[in-house]
Amino acid sequence: MRRLTWLVPTIYILFLMLPIYWLVSMSFKTTNEILGSFTLFPQSFTLENYRVIFTDPTWYNGYINSLIYVSINTVLSVCIALPAAYAFSRYRFLGDKHLFFWLLTNRMAPAAVFALPFFQLYSAIGIFDTHLAVALAHTLFNVPLAVWILEGFMSGVPKQLDETAYIDGYSFPNFFVRIFVPTIAAGIGVAAFFCFMFSWVELLLAKTLTAVAAKPIAATMTKTASSSGYELGLLAAAGTLTIIPGAIVIYFVRNYIAKGFALGRV
Amino acid sequence: MLELKNIAKRVGAETHIHPTSLEFKPGSFNILLGTTLAGKTTLMQLMAGLEKPTAGEIWFGGVDVTGVAVQKRNVSMVYQQFINYPNMSVYDNIASPLRVGGVDSAEIKRRVGAMAELMRISAMLDRRPSELSGGQQQRTAMARALVKDSDLILLDEPLANLDFKLREELRDELPKLFGTRECVVVYATTEPTEALLFGGVTAALHEGRVADFGPTGDVYRQPATLTGAQVFSEPPINTVKVNKSGDRVSADGNVNWAAPADLPDGDYIVGIRAHHIVPVETPGSVPIDGTIKIAELSGSESMVHFDAFGSDWVSLSHGVHPFDAGAAATLYADMSACFYFTPDGKLVRSGETGGGR
Repeated sequence: MRRLTWLVPTIYILFLMLPIYWLVSMSFKTTNEILGSFTLFPQSFTLENYRVIFTDPTWYNGYINSLIYVSINTVLSVCIALPAAYAFSRYRFLGDKHLFFWLLTNRMAPAAVFALPFFQLYSAIGIFDTHLAVALAHTLFNVPLAVWILEGFMSGVPKQLDETAYIDGYSFPNFFVRIFVPTIAAGIGVAAFFCFMFSWVELLLAKTLTAVAAKPIAATMTKTASSSGYELGLLAAAGTLTIIPGAIVIYFVRNYIAKGFALGRV
Repeated sequence: MLELKNIAKRVGAETHIHPTSLEFKPGSFNILLGTTLAGKTTLMQLMAGLEKPTAGEIWFGGVDVTGVAVQKRNVSMVYQQFINYPNMSVYDNIASPLRVGGVDSAEIKRRVGAMAELMRISAMLDRRPSELSGGQQQRTAMARALVKDSDLILLDEPLANLDFKLREELRDELPKLFGTRECVVVYATTEPTEALLFGGVTAALHEGRVADFGPTGDVYRQPATLTGAQVFSEPPINTVKVNKSGDRVSADGNVNWAAPADLPDGDYIVGIRAHHIVPVETPGSVPIDGTIKIAELSGSESMVHFDAFGSDWVSLSHGVHPFDAGAAATLYADMSACFYFTPDGKLVRSGETGGGR
C-alpha cells in the first residue's frame, strides 16, 4: 500500500500536464501534421511557427500590447489598493464593513455587463483603442481584489508598528513608504500577481475596447483563419508563449501565495 | 515634569479613562499597576500623544503639549509585543530614530554601538529581528527606545511576553539603564511583585480610574483605598465586612478579635492579604473555620482557596500543606496585619504600618 502513494499524485499531475503537453507539442508541428495524423511527438520538428510570431509585427505586437496594459493595470491597481486597504485595516468608520463587502461584489458581475458602457464611454472621451482603456477597465475588477488581499496582510501587522514609527519621528508618508510597504512586500507581491493574471487572461473587455493600436495577443489569436483554414501550429505556438509570463510570475510569488492562503485571503 | 491635568478619554459611548490628574517628576521611575483593561495602555498612548484626550490637558516641562503631534514630542515607547521594523537589520532598527532626527552618521555609529553593547546585542547587529530570540528582539526594541535622549520613556508591559528567566534578567538590568537619565520613565505592569521590585512611584489603576498614587512602598503598605489594595494584591486580597464596638471587632458574629486601640467604633471593611492567612496557628492569630475549595501546591508554597461564612478566602503560605477539596479546615489569620477601610473604601488603619494616610 505504501509503495503506491506516488500513484495518485502522478496520475493527477499527468492529467494536469496533458493539455499543456499537447499544446507545446502541437506548436512544434506543421499544421498538416496536426490535421493529418495522430502523433504523440512532432514527427517533422519545426520552429517555423515561432519564427512567424517573432518576426511578424501583427503577432509580436499583440504580446507587447498585452504586456503594456497588464503592467499599467497591475501598477495602477496596487497603487490605488494600498491606501484603501490601509484605511480598511487601520480605521473604523461608518459603514466600513459594508463598503468592504460592496467592493467585492464588483467582482461578481460578469465582464460582459460592463463591455457596452465602457465601449461607449471610452469612444466618447477618445481613449478607445489605447492601452490605458483596457488597463482602466480591468481596475474595476482588480482594485477590489487587491484591496481584499492587502487588507489581510496589513491586518497581520500590529498597529503598534505604526505607533512605534510615529514615536521614532516618522511622518505618515515616510512611515508608509519606508517601513510599512517593505513590511507587507509579500502581500503586495501576491496582490500584483492576481491582478496580473486576471488582466492577462481577460479577453472580452480587452477585445471590445481595442481595435488595432492596442490589440491584445488573445484577440490576435482569434484571427488566424487564413485561406487554407486555421493555422493550428501557429495558434499552438502563440498559446504556448501566452502561458510563459504567468509561469514566470508564479515562480516569483510561489512562497508568498502560501502565506496568502494561510491568511485566508487568496 | 509630566503633568496630566484632568485628562479623560472616551471612545464612542465607552469611557476608557475617567478624569485623571497625575504628576511625574524628571528622573523618576513610575509604575502603572492594573489588570488588563484597567487603562494602562490608553493612559500611555495619551502621554505619548498617540491619542488625544477628550478632555483635560497634558503639560510637559511647563508647556502645554496636549495637541502636539507625537513626532514633535521627544518620547520613546516599548510594547509588550516585540515591535521592530522587520525589513531593517538590528543596527538600522536602533539607528532609525537617530536617522529621522538628523543625527550625523559617525555619531549614530557611536551611539548605536554603545547602546548595543549595553543591551548585549552587539553580535546581532547585522541580523534581521525575525532571526533573533524573543529576549533579543525585546532588547532591540529597548535599545531603539533608549538610543535617543527622550524626555519620556514609556514601557508597556515590556517583560510580559518573555519567559521567566529572561524576565528576571531584564528586570535586573532595567533600573540600571535609567539610573543617570533625567527623563520620566513610566512602566506598566499587571504584576504587583514587579512593581515592588522596581520601587519608585506607583499609580494603581482600576477601570480607568487612579485608585491610588504614591511611593510604591506606601501604596502597598497603606493603600488609600480598598480598590488600590485590591489592585496591589496578588493573590487577591480577602475582604470581609466587620463591626467594631468596644475592644472587639466582629465579622457578622462568626469570628471576632481584639480591636486596635486607636480604631473608633463603627462598620468597616477589613482587607487581609493572602499571606497573612496560614494553615498553622501562630500566637494571637484568629482561627477561621471553612471548607476547602482548591489547594494549589507549588514546590515551596501552598495557595488554598476556601469558603468561610459565605465568602471566598485565599490563603498563601510557605511550605507544602495538602488539603482535600471539600474537607473542613481551620486556617489562621493574623488580624494584626489587616487593613481597615470605611464601608465606602477609604483606608482608616493599616495593619502593616499602624497608621492611615
